[in-house]
Amino acid sequence: MKKYDVIVIGAGHNGLTNAAFLAKAGLDVLVVEKNDYIGGATVSRNLHEDWKYSNCSYLASLFRPEIYRHLNLAKHGLQVVTYNGGFTLTDSGDYLGSYSDHEVMRREIRRHSPVDVDAYDRYYHQMAKWCRFIRPMLLRTPPDPTSFKFRDLDELKFLGKKFFDLGQKDLYDFMKFFTVSVGDFLDEFFESDLIKAHKAGSAVVGTNLGPRSPGTAYVLLHHYMGDVDGAVGAWGFPRGGMGAVSGALAGAFQEYGGEIRTNAGVDQIIVKRGKVTGVRLENGEEIFSDRVVSNLDAKKTFLGLMDPKDAGEKVVKAAERYKSRGSSGKLNIALNGVPEFTALPKGSELIKGDFHIVDNMETYERGYDEWKDGKWSTNPYLDLLIPTLTDPTMAPPGKHYMTCFVQYCPAKVEGKDWNDDLLKQFGDNVINSIAKYSPNFKDLIEHVEIRSGQVIDNEIGLTEGNIFQGELSLNQLMFNRPFHGCAQYRGPVNGLYLSGSTTHPGGGVMGAPGANSAREILMDMNLSTTVPEDEGDD
Amino acid sequence: MTNTSNKSYDVIIVGGGHNGLVCAAYLAKAGKKVVVLEAQKQVGGAAVTSELSYGKKVSSCAHFLNQLNTIVSKDLNLTSHGLKLSASNISTIALHADGDHMHLTKNSVKGGGISESDAANYKKFMDLMHEYAGTLGFLIDLPPMDIFNLDWDDKVAAMKLGWKMRFGLGAEKMSEFLRMVGMNIRDVLDDEFDNEHLKGALSFDAVLGTHTGPYSPGNFLNFLYRIASGNNGAVDIPEGGMGAVTEAMSKAAIANGAEVRVGARVKSINVDNCAVIGVTLEDGEQLSAGIVASNANMKTTVYDMVGPRHFEADFVKRIGDIRMRGAAAKLHIALKELPEFTGLSKQDLKNRLVIAPTQNQVERAFNHVKYGEVSTSPMMEISIPSVVDSSLAENGHVLSATVQYAPYELKGGWTDQAKADFLEVCINRIAEFAPNIRDHIEHAEIITPKDLEDRFGLVGGNWHHGELTLDQMLMLRPVPEASRYALPLDGMYICGAGAHPGGGVMGAAGRNAAQAILKGDA
Repeated sequence: MKKYDVIVIGAGHNGLTNAAFLAKAGLDVLVVEKNDYIGGATVSRNLHEDWKYSNCSYLASLFRPEIYRHLNLAKHGLQVVTYNGGFTLTDSGDYLGSYSDHEVMRREIRRHSPVDVDAYDRYYHQMAKWCRFIRPMLLRTPPDPTSFKFRDLDELKFLGKKFFDLGQKDLYDFMKFFTVSVGDFLDEFFESDLIKAHKAGSAVVGTNLGPRSPGTAYVLLHHYMGDVDGAVGAWGFPRGGMGAVSGALAGAFQEYGGEIRTNAGVDQIIVKRGKVTGVRLENGEEIFSDRVVSNLDAKKTFLGLMDPKDAGEKVVKAAERYKSRGSSGKLNIALNGVPEFTALPKGSELIKGDFHIVDNMETYERGYDEWKDGKWSTNPYLDLLIPTLTDPTMAPPGKHYMTCFVQYCPAKVEGKDWNDDLLKQFGDNVINSIAKYSPNFKDLIEHVEIRSGQVIDNEIGLTEGNIFQGELSLNQLMFNRPFHGCAQYRGPVNGLYLSGSTTHPGGGVMGAPGANSAREILMDMNLSTTVPEDEGDD
Repeated sequence: MTNTSNKSYDVIIVGGGHNGLVCAAYLAKAGKKVVVLEAQKQVGGAAVTSELSYGKKVSSCAHFLNQLNTIVSKDLNLTSHGLKLSASNISTIALHADGDHMHLTKNSVKGGGISESDAANYKKFMDLMHEYAGTLGFLIDLPPMDIFNLDWDDKVAAMKLGWKMRFGLGAEKMSEFLRMVGMNIRDVLDDEFDNEHLKGALSFDAVLGTHTGPYSPGNFLNFLYRIASGNNGAVDIPEGGMGAVTEAMSKAAIANGAEVRVGARVKSINVDNCAVIGVTLEDGEQLSAGIVASNANMKTTVYDMVGPRHFEADFVKRIGDIRMRGAAAKLHIALKELPEFTGLSKQDLKNRLVIAPTQNQVERAFNHVKYGEVSTSPMMEISIPSVVDSSLAENGHVLSATVQYAPYELKGGWTDQAKADFLEVCINRIAEFAPNIRDHIEHAEIITPKDLEDRFGLVGGNWHHGELTLDQMLMLRPVPEASRYALPLDGMYICGAGAHPGGGVMGAAGRNAAQAILKGDA
């Protein structure tokens, strides 16, 4: 009977990254995927005629350039197109534009709030500094602070040195930054509520916290890294939609000899005498391997795919306590043309970037308060993007595709499951919000796909639709991600590994968790690694 | 060159709040010539007893004694200076609308429909909390480490901390602590318990005196703080109100040789040649000293008393950035007689009564304050000290309650009408549990966060002189450059709640500051 070196459960981008690095090392690797398409949340799908929807994630700003190079993804068709622009629409009929040219950006800020121009410089430099500081940690395995193993102590020493190298002032600033709320953080720089609102969106996207909740400033950074990566061209969106990322990863994987099976949902990870021996598919078929990598989140893996006896009481409890609450929704909209936003100057290039609605901090916070009560935000934060303005291949000629990320949207509506009626109400609220700023928007709509966290959960298995495979809160970062004991990509039994963004450094289509996990597996097998370390792109 | 008067001291302490008095007592005990200058007519700062109405007195700000540092209390021999408790180690009673209240002690919980498993979990959970408190509590009595310049004491403390965490707690509990340390209280409690009523009451302990709701990350640590400071979380009522505590501290300071002056408002702290030389009082009197320790708010100290020009601009900016949002008001009611609380005996009323029915209700009450509104259905911590201490009310009773939440900046301002309206909301809230209370009210007042600022100098109405959040704790409190009690100005120190370990009538900041001063001086 055929026995694979490694089986990877789930063909999301991290699973494929993991598999590709393992295959590159010469291993015989099988990826099993429950859906009839690969990509997980990194996918482009034809759900309406010739439109291609990036129907979950829609930006590849955080994807690690090291992975791109080492897996030769360019050769497999991945081309990330950078875009310029973006803006926040204001209730008063104005807009605040985003420009990559620093001087232009300063001028735009001056237009709204002259006192904030210098603050913007300070802000920009500080964020860039934190990005540069944290980035080298992405492609590393977090140390276990309770361990006395040489490797952990050595890694702790490395981290300690990095921290102290910051110097007194920056280290203290960073400690504060790491725990403070984004609202309080921005208050220390800016006066203008509009500018704060423009920046704060990234800190609450996918997060079940409001901008006044401690710990959200860090999430800002999590979304900001791509901005600094700008120079290496990893910021933007992939030609052909997010499916191009998973497609290229699958291409690389297959070139290294890997095998992918779709329509192959796993029912259980088989464990015998404390060791993994393979997986049993939903159709009853068993596939054998001494190593199984789960690309699912910690809840789905330990509570869904394992016999509680195999996982062990401690891990089951920790998985139950692992927080993966959904707070966002998504609309994918097929359009007959480019919607007109009355606030923007005619022909403005800004429309090529991602743009937002919500021009003040209070609206965010009130939206969060509604979410806490199990409702969607009446005035939601929207992150809108029309990729077809840069990449026309995603829609028929002359037509357009708009992705619309919605924050906040509850996993269940006041305790009730989502149904078509609720989805429609939710979608209408979003569409009406956009239409307030764009008179011809509704007339252009040809098709809408409305997705709540629950829909996403059912389809691709992100618990409650949490886009990070588990919240990026202080208690679930680094050596606590997903929880102590499983934070070094290894599960509770021999031969079981995790590769999803439920592990360090978390979500955002980085590929880093999958790569780190592959490194650990190769290390356990005494093989030389194929996984790159941070190469310091700047 | 500023003229100096003939009055010269080793150390001048600005502000006679509890930390100022404690600091003075320690310094005097060490042989320093010390004077405490208090602007008000009585010492005590926010730990005072004042008249509410004829023949009735009440603790005007802090009203329970639960965080008083045991070392301070022993070192200063506060008992011999008159500190007596009229009730000690009282229980918390979480009030429930149906009259089936929940009684909580250090490790037991009864009533209120608590299940056996929740009661057992409560004991287990609280034992763990006490273990964490025992592991970390010693940090309260030390200055925060200067991690870039570890001195011998720091190294000992760091080793002790590492040892206690890794070997005292063990790997499992240590990692569990590292997980919990940044959490919000709601997730912690949801992980442990089923009973919403129990979770409501416990979450209240985490949000009390903070600008957070149960959902706000980091306030698990505030919950732990209550247990780690003071005497294992025991709650006491001092005889004569909180003023009696600071009165005893003042006596201890005087007994050790310190001078305590009331009605002496400091107008400025004087600096010459980059060093502190003394202070000028509002009436023009000048006192000289090579060391000045301010028990006043950090912003007041830097901006108003010393003046920003004596510090680096970056430091001044950081001081300005310290968050000090108060979200609690104080309610005082003079009562003709004791109201009846449904389901409680008269004896029960000596306890700490808490209105915080569920975590969601606490969170909803918090929602308002974010937008400059008052809670429509506020949470409360109620004390009726006259049940055990008749000296507070010649006849009848006094009720004192901490009310959450009320904003410092109310939309539309804290007008008389706004205060009267909120007072009504608060009385109605209590009447839900004590229906006949209105019949007994003689007089009632509400003290808003704005009033707390005006009366006690608590900037922003925050009774910790700076919110106790992760980013404003330990070496980040109040700002890194001042975390060891010395400001970047020769001879200038801080000794109040704005410094580590914060407020709550502990006296630990005062003691730590005194030690820093003595160490720096040696």
